[in-house]
Amino acid sequence: MSLLEVVSLSKEFGGLKAVQDVGFAVEAGVVHSVIGPNGAGKTTLFNLITGVYTPTQGEIRLDGVDVAGRRPDQLAALGVARTFQNLQICMNMDACENVMVGAHLRLDRNVIRAALRWPGLVRRDRELREEAEALMAFVGLGDHVHARADGLSYGILKRLEIARALAARPRILFLDEPAAGLNPRETIEVGELVRRIAADGVTVVLVEHDMKMVMSLSDRILVMDYGRKLVEGTPDEVRRHPDVVAAYLGKHA
Amino acid sequence: MTNRITSLVGLAIVTAVVAIIPFVAPNSFYLDLAIRTGINAVVVLGLNLLIGFAGQISLGHAGFIGLGAFASAVLPTHFGWHPLAAMAAGSLAAGALAAVVARPIFRLRGHYLAMATLGLGIIVNIVLRNEAQWTGGPDGMPVPAMTLFGIDVVSDRQWYWIVGALLLVSIWASLNLIDSPFGRAMRALHGSEVAARVVGVDVTRYKVAVFVMSAMFAGLMGSVTAHYVGFVSPALADFGHSVELLTMVVVGGMASVFGSVVGAVLLTALPQLLATLEGWETVAYGAVLVLCMIFLPKGLVPTLAARFERRRR
Ligand SMILES: Nc1ncnc2c1ncn2[C@@H]1O[C@H](COP(=O)(O)OP(=O)(O)OP(=O)(O)O)[C@@H](O)[C@H]1O
Ligand SMILES: [Mg+2]
Repeated sequence: MSLLEVVSLSKEFGGLKAVQDVGFAVEAGVVHSVIGPNGAGKTTLFNLITGVYTPTQGEIRLDGVDVAGRRPDQLAALGVARTFQNLQICMNMDACENVMVGAHLRLDRNVIRAALRWPGLVRRDRELREEAEALMAFVGLGDHVHARADGLSYGILKRLEIARALAARPRILFLDEPAAGLNPRETIEVGELVRRIAADGVTVVLVEHDMKMVMSLSDRILVMDYGRKLVEGTPDEVRRHPDVVAAYLGKHA
Repeated sequence: MTNRITSLVGLAIVTAVVAIIPFVAPNSFYLDLAIRTGINAVVVLGLNLLIGFAGQISLGHAGFIGLGAFASAVLPTHFGWHPLAAMAAGSLAAGALAAVVARPIFRLRGHYLAMATLGLGIIVNIVLRNEAQWTGGPDGMPVPAMTLFGIDVVSDRQWYWIVGALLLVSIWASLNLIDSPFGRAMRALHGSEVAARVVGVDVTRYKVAVFVMSAMFAGLMGSVTAHYVGFVSPALADFGHSVELLTMVVVGGMASVFGSVVGAVLLTALPQLLATLEGWETVAYGAVLVLCMIFLPKGLVPTLAARFERRRR
């Protein structure tokens, strides 16, 4: 059974068919990329699978169970994590706290014990801070563990989001254009980071416009255009496919 | 960790001030002012959790104060309840009312949320004014004395220490809460609601929880006010009172625990200090608020803290 199986998924925004009848399957342990021109529906697809949007139609199966229409927090409990194309950082918290909040579901969230500074809760929080700092080091932000979020650069915040998503210890991680807006050196670092995340056993679904990164990292690629699935296959199959060359790569190459 | 040290230093300073005031206050006028400041500070702390930390709004918090205050007046007078039981009931009733209306209210956003809480406050106010056979109507009613362990709590000194203790405990608990998994989730849904949701925060539940908590703070302090003053009137639940509390949050500093205390101190004491201006006090009061908003848009304590931090670097 595939870890994630999407069956004829559709989303309409008042007549606009942002995602249309898309189906694909993601096996556990792979890097599965989603590519396509601007407006193809990649982010909408992520929003559907992570519960931010409710599908108009179709099924989303995690371990064979249909989870379409569940709330994001319920899906997080099933091991789904993600980052955002447009940054979603909590500027009212420091950098490390942004990562710590990623571990929300693994913590004691009782309000009374929190207000009373319950020893067990405080101890766990102290461990968590160390975990979060280690995660920041893992994504290459070791120098910024004490920084405020609102003083950090775009490229750093992109990686801070990845650290936050990892703090949840997800089974499947959705990365929406993690290299967008980064300089070439940062882009290479993020590519390496995705490779290390996958090596740790996290299934990665990646939306990215940087073709070099996509081709070198991916086990499989889904190509979307105008909300529809165009092709799905290995990087080699996708690269050679005439429709892809015409619809997408052709415009770039 | 440095945050924690700053917090503890702040708590120590407030403790010292609370401990000294009764010995240096020249007369009962100042003790009375201190008690009312303390009561406001606790309410403002709860309101700041909701507004400053969780990023929601309430224009009806005076309604919860009125509910708590009238529970302490009505239940012992008409039903013979023990004042402590009435106090607990008042706080619980405020929390329950908040819980019942919270779900539909938090589906709304922005100014709709403001309108809904405004309406809630107005309804409580109207009920208190109209149910004259129970509440004394617009004139209000006297409140039986609080008895603790068989002793009547009636003197200003007694109430001073009770309010002081409540204030210190509230500050301590708020500081703890903010720096906990619950508190981070509450702040995160303010920072980015969608980010909070995808890491597993059930945002509606958290908003409701914070709203209920701050309503219970308000209800409890309404009871304390009732017993301390010995009399309640529906004016406690007026919209103007809600706005005063909001102003304390904003002037002291959103999302700042000590800002809440400073805001309460300034805006409770200010009208008294301005009273010498004979007729111009409202103008002066307004001018202070406008100047605060222009020069300290983040509130007093956060602005000063940021300035201090910058100088240290
Ligand atoms: N909330 C929304 N309401 C209305 N239309 C939307 C909404 N979200 C997306 N769309 C539309 O759906 C289509 C697909 O958008 P989407 O953001 O999924 O594309 P994308 O493939 O992620 O593009 P990009 O590469 O630019 O990020 C676009 O036409 C977009 O305008
Ligand atoms: Mg997109």
